[in-house]
Amino acid sequence: MRGRRRVRLASVACVAAIAAALVSGCGGDDSEGTSLKWFIAIQPGGSIQEVAETCSRQSGGRYDIELELLPTDASQQREQLVRRLGAEDSSIDLIGMDVVWTAEFANAGWIREWSGRDASEVKRGVFPPVVETASFEGKLYGAPFNSNTQLLWYRKDLVPKPPETWDEMVRMAEKIGPGNGGQIQVQADRYEGFTVWANAMIESAGTQVLSGPETVDLAPAPTEKALASMGLMANSSAAAPNLTTSDEDTARLGFEAGAAFMVNYTFAFGSAKENAPKIAKNMGAARFPGITPGLESKPPLGGFNLGVSAFSEKADLAFEAAKCLTAPAQQLTVTELDGLAPARSGLYDTPQVKKAFPGFANLVRESIETAGPRPVTPAYQDVSLAIQSALHPPTKIDPDDPEPVYDELKDKVEQGVNREGLL
Amino acid sequence: MTDRARSERRLGWLLCAPAAIAMLAVTAYPIGYAFVLSLQRVDLRFPEESGFVGFDNYSAVLSSDLWWTDLFNTIFLSVISVSIELCLGMAIALVMHRAIFGRGVVRTSVLIPYGIVTVVAAFSWQFAFAPDTGFVNQLPLIADDKDWFGERFSAFSVIIMAEVWKTTPFMALLLLAGLTTIDDGLYSAAKVDGASAWQRFTRITLPLMKPAILVALLFRTLDAFRIFDTIFIMTGGAQDTQSVSILGYQQLISRLNLGLGSAVSVLIFLCVLVIAVIFVKGLGARQPESGRA
Repeated sequence: MRGRRRVRLASVACVAAIAAALVSGCGGDDSEGTSLKWFIAIQPGGSIQEVAETCSRQSGGRYDIELELLPTDASQQREQLVRRLGAEDSSIDLIGMDVVWTAEFANAGWIREWSGRDASEVKRGVFPPVVETASFEGKLYGAPFNSNTQLLWYRKDLVPKPPETWDEMVRMAEKIGPGNGGQIQVQADRYEGFTVWANAMIESAGTQVLSGPETVDLAPAPTEKALASMGLMANSSAAAPNLTTSDEDTARLGFEAGAAFMVNYTFAFGSAKENAPKIAKNMGAARFPGITPGLESKPPLGGFNLGVSAFSEKADLAFEAAKCLTAPAQQLTVTELDGLAPARSGLYDTPQVKKAFPGFANLVRESIETAGPRPVTPAYQDVSLAIQSALHPPTKIDPDDPEPVYDELKDKVEQGVNREGLL
Repeated sequence: MTDRARSERRLGWLLCAPAAIAMLAVTAYPIGYAFVLSLQRVDLRFPEESGFVGFDNYSAVLSSDLWWTDLFNTIFLSVISVSIELCLGMAIALVMHRAIFGRGVVRTSVLIPYGIVTVVAAFSWQFAFAPDTGFVNQLPLIADDKDWFGERFSAFSVIIMAEVWKTTPFMALLLLAGLTTIDDGLYSAAKVDGASAWQRFTRITLPLMKPAILVALLFRTLDAFRIFDTIFIMTGGAQDTQSVSILGYQQLISRLNLGLGSAVSVLIFLCVLVIAVIFVKGLGARQPESGRA
């Protein structure tokens, strides 16, 4: 009997707990109406919290930014956001958008356009390729918050002069030999990072994946050259043993363990300084290698733009907050705390940026200025999946005959922009 | 029928109604809705393009190589992992059944892997097999730079191993339940007649456990067919290790193409239905309690 009573008590407690959770979940709205919810990827250095606090303080109580921090993985961030936006969730005010989401979000009517003085304010001094990533069909939909780019990192003790092309780099690495660090670290797992690499290779060869939101470009000769370089690298002794499962983190680990070359974002420098000081001492930075000698490369471009949700009930305040969050002072805070590149080119002469990128601040600026952004299309996700499924694993590309893989790529990307079939 | 019988029957229906309605609301409605979506062109990113397209989504799925590759992967993974689980599970069940002391401890400790969240287990095994940070490549006889997830066959073996490690306890428990229903007297009688241990196992244990084995196989096969977490964490579907559930996820969650994604989901549902029918009708799997028939 006692046992049964205990069970009943426990079940009453359970029901009460569930009811309480439901009630508090529904009634979470702020009665003041000045709280703004900002969804953005978390940064380990705490810069997001810092700039949110600064702007809330500066607003003089007109708004208070509440953070909803998203995972570090770009695909997971997007999945969380699009589910809410697809359901017209009004609890999102500000969105930290990866540079490749703009077209998708704008086309679906999930974010508001930036116009007039607000638009010119957030665009002032921002790198043109970055503004492009925040625009769709000639209209601005995001305020550039930070930028990012990949550099070629190399070991100065093994490599006297950094290579200019991928093929040259492969030859250099093979000469050093796999046992002595003759290895090239890239991002070639089947995920967005692979699209970043493939796109940079195709752009650097002098063509592009798309020439319009629904038009495939991929000029045959340069694309095949880019693919051949990928295949040459992947099938050479310079490829890392975990090439087809490598990402930003395994690449950095490989470099810190002694690889001579790596293409990676700027975070890799801070990481090496902390984890492998000996390697960091000889760590050189150069421009992302090109495909054809004499033709300048087009490095990858990353970063975040701030969008204002179409379903926000406090859009005016959200625009104001976004202006504050992307102001030069806040961009410098983000650089200082998290080592992320500012989106405004004028900031690269400040001591903060020079300290974050010792000796390579100008290189980062140049790299962003001449970057080759990923395709701008509302069907970006489909195109990215198409590129991955056509080109992964890169070891399947025959460097002497890249044509079959080229045909597959073209077919798949066509399918992607038309959003047809399974991907 | 008497009045009393009729009113009792009505009461019976009334008492069942809440459960039946709840079941309809949480299972029949979503399945029906998925079917309706699968007949439409629906893409959350392109709201203005929606419309009825009949069975176009199904023909798109069924004419795609990707669907057939993934279906093959799924069946391959299910068959191999469930077979291994059955053998191991049977061995563990026999041990648990015969355990003389510490029964509770043995049964609880065997269950630990099953209690670990699949995603966590998948991450642990992924880290263990990672060439840069894992311990597996440090073991003797294994190349130091072996990239387990870089190639289809080795990736499959790790995925199967993780699945087996995690779900064998479940299999073992179901089999143990079957074992305990067997009357010990049968074994004593067989022993008196001079039957060897192997004969006792094949002539008494297996036939009497058939219902339990089939139920265990049915549950595990249905579960294994929907494999998602382990693959998602370990390879993300790279090197041709994608399962049909991951295919559905990519269409639904990544591409927001609800039409195509729902078609994939409905097809997965049909596959599961076919598996269940084969087990129940073809092999005569029934709950041990309903063994009267």
